[in-house]
Amino acid sequence: MSAKNSDVEDLIGRKYRHGFVTDIESDTVPPGLDEDVIRLISKKKGEPQFMLDWRLRSYRHWLTMREPDWAKINLDPIDYQGISYYSAPKNSDDGPKSLADVDPKLLETYDKLGIPLHERAALAGVAVDAVFDSVSVTTTFREKLAEAGVIFCPFSDAVQDHPELIEQYLGSVVPYRDNFFATLNSAVFTDGSFVYIPKGVRCPMELSTYFRINEANTGQFERTLIIADEGSHVSYLEGCTAPMRDENQLHAAVVELVALGDAQIKYSTVQNWYPGDEEGRGGIYNFVTKRADCRGANSKVSWTQVEAGSAITWKYPSCVLRGENSVGEFYSVAVTNNMQQADTGTKMIHIGANSRSTIVSKGISAGRAQQSYRGLVKIFPTARNARNHTQCDSLLIGKQSGAHTFPYMEIKNPSAVVEHEATTSTIADDQLFYCRQRGLTEEDAVNMIVNGFCKDVFRELPMEFAVEAQALLNVSLEGAVG
Amino acid sequence: MLKIDNLHANAGDTEILKGLSLAIDAGEVHAIMGPNGSGKSTLAHVLAGRDGYEVTSGSVTYQGTDLLPLAPEERAWHGIFLGFQYPIEIPGVNNTYLLKAALNARRKFHGEPEIDAAQFLRIIKDKARMMKMDQSFLNRSVNEGFSGGEKKRNEVFQMAVLEPQLAILDETDSGLDIDALKVVAAGVNALRSKDRAFLLVTHYQRLLDYIEPDHVHVLAGGRIIKSGDKTLAHELEAQGYDWVLREAAGA
Repeated sequence: MSAKNSDVEDLIGRKYRHGFVTDIESDTVPPGLDEDVIRLISKKKGEPQFMLDWRLRSYRHWLTMREPDWAKINLDPIDYQGISYYSAPKNSDDGPKSLADVDPKLLETYDKLGIPLHERAALAGVAVDAVFDSVSVTTTFREKLAEAGVIFCPFSDAVQDHPELIEQYLGSVVPYRDNFFATLNSAVFTDGSFVYIPKGVRCPMELSTYFRINEANTGQFERTLIIADEGSHVSYLEGCTAPMRDENQLHAAVVELVALGDAQIKYSTVQNWYPGDEEGRGGIYNFVTKRADCRGANSKVSWTQVEAGSAITWKYPSCVLRGENSVGEFYSVAVTNNMQQADTGTKMIHIGANSRSTIVSKGISAGRAQQSYRGLVKIFPTARNARNHTQCDSLLIGKQSGAHTFPYMEIKNPSAVVEHEATTSTIADDQLFYCRQRGLTEEDAVNMIVNGFCKDVFRELPMEFAVEAQALLNVSLEGAVG
Repeated sequence: MLKIDNLHANAGDTEILKGLSLAIDAGEVHAIMGPNGSGKSTLAHVLAGRDGYEVTSGSVTYQGTDLLPLAPEERAWHGIFLGFQYPIEIPGVNNTYLLKAALNARRKFHGEPEIDAAQFLRIIKDKARMMKMDQSFLNRSVNEGFSGGEKKRNEVFQMAVLEPQLAILDETDSGLDIDALKVVAAGVNALRSKDRAFLLVTHYQRLLDYIEPDHVHVLAGGRIIKSGDKTLAHELEAQGYDWVLREAAGA
């Protein structure tokens, strides 16, 4: 295999496919953060007083906090005063009424990203709330969803149109004091998505949002809130990619999910932000707080994620299993290559009796990348007969990559059954040789083996996402074996 | 079809093959027998292009071209198949999926379109029936959780689907009970044709009760020290290898 090393290096050195920048004038606030900036953001968005008060409370609390350092990641200090906290495409003041009103350059960008915004979206039955930088540009299918009573809109619209829902639920899953990054987000977030599914309604289509960072030195602070009322169902897809930049870009999103009695939420993510170059320069810092509150009896939340991008990923989609018989699931594939670092996992907090959770985590580490699974299973004294099963597998490619597992368990009820299985393996030379002997190239063999390793997670993804995820994995690991 | 001339090969620092020569024509079945450590598996792996072996001198010509510079997958595309002594497990990868990818890779190399899905399904169902394999095997992960006999049967099944020109079977008979042995042998016999050659690497004569070889060779100390027809296998079974070794040493 040594003779092929140069090919392998060529492939590893492949440029990031989505590395381009759209040339659009932006309305950007100068870098820096103080109460005036927060007032400005709130004013620009025409927010009611309760929102401004909440932002300011968050900001004041944030000033008392320190950046967490417990994750197994190395990063240069982030200059929070060097970040611009607001950026909006200039010609969006009136808001486009239809696709025809959308800046053609934006559409071109979406096209390059393969976002199915035109008829493709209609054919696929996917509603897209596309977020470009911090302001939502367009929303499709709103009428059809409205017929079913579903609200799916930019967060800032929801603040205007449904302030009572925002006031009731915002911060009810991830409180503004929760953690450093979530608190920062609470103070400065500019937009995101809002979903409300009324009682007993099965959302007629899968909901999808694409995020994209497109402004140098502009942190992106998304806020997503999904409320599934009693007996409702919704499946939400989130996928994202960002253009190439030299400076590190901070992303600190917050996602809150609320599932009331008998409600089900399926939240799927494919994350493909710019990971930095082979020496680790550039790339997105991805510090995300995602949490679901299974508030009602028999509620269910399922997180499925494919994390392939970002220089640093710090992310623990979690479930608070408050309701009796509530169910939490976490299916994750995380891929790190070159100098990427990921510290990711989940928390399953069992409070309700008979609550059940499943964790399936597949980590793939190549190049000099380091990856950690960090998971907490906590069983409260009230959680009689709680069940958890954790399956945590790591696949190492090459000799310089690392995988680490940090499972935490706190069990306060003797009737609980908690299982943890973990494996670490490498792509064995004999597996590669076997596939190649049958006629597969080395690249195809690696892809096939890796996809096989991830199968338990991919089958949880909606069909079109599963295909995209496999393709993404193949691109992410091109040339990883050598 | 295959001509091996004075082949020397190392595994690590140890020379395993020490001047091996062998010629195989299309339509022939050759059996290579020999004591443990004589280089039988090394020969099979060198022919398939496995990493970790270094050819220090000699040549291997296959269908008129130099085989040794080719990558394992290129050899496969040219019709070389290796049935593994210890078939490899690949968790999560569907048996059928691997075969389809393998078949299409070879078709692509030869400028042919991808195989039609219905046609492919017909082929694998036919071949699975021939190998008396339950259909459920087709959709299981490659060799995962298969018994030793099932794995070997799967190897011959894969061979039947891929229809190689030169099939090298590395101790495909070991670990098989008599019923499985018969099935495997029947699979090989069904594939015998004037265009196809087989190289059977085996410890035991009993496989040759069911697959009748045209030539039998004794490999010892990295060289072929005696060749003969199928009766040689019977002599070896009856008398062991010592007399051949002595004969070779005396010569």
